[in-house]
Amino acid sequence: MRHARLAVVVATALAITTARAAADDPQPSRERELVRLVRQDCGACHGMTLKGGLGPALLPDALRDKPAESLRATILRGRPGTAMPPWQGMLSETDADWIVKYLLAGFPREAVR
Amino acid sequence: MMRFAHTLLAAAAALSALAGCATPTMRGTGDLGVIIERASGRVQLVDTSARAAFGSVPGLGDLSHASVVYSRDARYAFVFGRDGGLTKVDLLNARIERRIVQSGNSIGGAISQDGRLVAAANYQPGGVKVFDANSLELVADIPTVYGSSGARSKVVGLADAPGNRFVFSLFDADEIWVADLSQPARPQVQKFSAVGRAPYDGLVTPDGRYYLAGLFGEDGVVLLDLWKPERGMRRILNDYGKRGEKLPVYKMPHLRGWAIANGRAYLPGVGRHEVLVVELTSWREIARIPVQGQPVFVMARPDGRQVWVNFAIPNNGTVQVIDAMSNQIIRTLAPGRAVLHMEFTPRGEAVWISARDDHRVLVYDTRTLEPVATLPAENPSGIFFSARAARIGF
Repeated sequence: MRHARLAVVVATALAITTARAAADDPQPSRERELVRLVRQDCGACHGMTLKGGLGPALLPDALRDKPAESLRATILRGRPGTAMPPWQGMLSETDADWIVKYLLAGFPREAVR
Repeated sequence: MMRFAHTLLAAAAALSALAGCATPTMRGTGDLGVIIERASGRVQLVDTSARAAFGSVPGLGDLSHASVVYSRDARYAFVFGRDGGLTKVDLLNARIERRIVQSGNSIGGAISQDGRLVAAANYQPGGVKVFDANSLELVADIPTVYGSSGARSKVVGLADAPGNRFVFSLFDADEIWVADLSQPARPQVQKFSAVGRAPYDGLVTPDGRYYLAGLFGEDGVVLLDLWKPERGMRRILNDYGKRGEKLPVYKMPHLRGWAIANGRAYLPGVGRHEVLVVELTSWREIARIPVQGQPVFVMARPDGRQVWVNFAIPNNGTVQVIDAMSNQIIRTLAPGRAVLHMEFTPRGEAVWISARDDHRVLVYDTRTLEPVATLPAENPSGIFFSARAARIGF
């Protein structure tokens, strides 16, 4: 089981490395923080598996029709009138772009500690 | 021969330990509890007298938002998972007694006054499902359909009340429903509408008389006197939040009957670095206590002398302790990174605090306010002790 999880993590890490063509991605250590933040803290409302909770599902299928630009705006500025807060105090634009990219592609799991 | 018998015995002991089903020793469950390991779908079983774990039960599904109620004999923990899983865990045998997946997405649950019914609050599909506490067979289904479109609201703030009633709030519908299950197969539901925008959680006071729901969509708290439900909903604290600007709310606060101390309710300010103090029965705000972050859990020690507060990200590394006589903060603690939950022992000499990102649970002496034990745990979130079995509203 542990090996299987490790394999997933390694595969994810490789995928991330491959996808790191964009020069303005965050540093790898920041990426790990972002994975944890999304899984654990966004997960408080959206579920750790991102299947949804008080907030909607954030799986690729659920987000397919939403433009990346509006997802980024939602993360940074929140959705007034809903429970979604603005995260710009804690996340940079680079962070938000990275999160959107991987939400749309299938978000990485957390590394085995 | 003697040596051989010894080896056999040791082997048998090792085997049964491995199988995780050692013959239970004769013991009570009043000082036991569970710690949710949220990312691993597992609960640790803990002994609050020994301040140690004595078992681990995996296979509980997605526990990213898990909560627990106890059977009235305090032997079984009913664990409600995010994925709609409802798992009945046997503390004595350290194993799953029964498990069902009862919805697509669940937030929590409650157990009835007579202990025979377990109710689950669901987001997807929205509603409350009621199960036989022994068999986990469905007894009643209460879909939270509202308005004319047939839409179903997410359910929050589900709590038990005397008379085998369950009270809960409809987040999307701005309604509060009281379901009387004295005849379990035929629930009688009383509905209160337009109570206020987006109730986010609710509590029943320890005497079972009042249901309070916090509002997310506007300022104020809604109050229902369950002794006189015909009087309807009453709004209290209407000016709450109107002074100054609200901050973004990074985590919904949680309400439960633990908020009552010294004749007052201590409530988390929504989007504020404040704890609100409300006098019971007059329901007047008598103080606001400035704190270090947005409160998530505001919990009174069982004797009501202290109130402990934890906070939403990014201030989730601290816990503050309020003295309920002076309403002053007497200590700021740093139990670890990402403090998610706290639970007092039945009479409150100790409190257990989970620090998710440090993968540990700290036990504090509530008199000295010093840590006295540390338990390792993988991404610990909720901590639930079996003494909840005997508390109204838990």
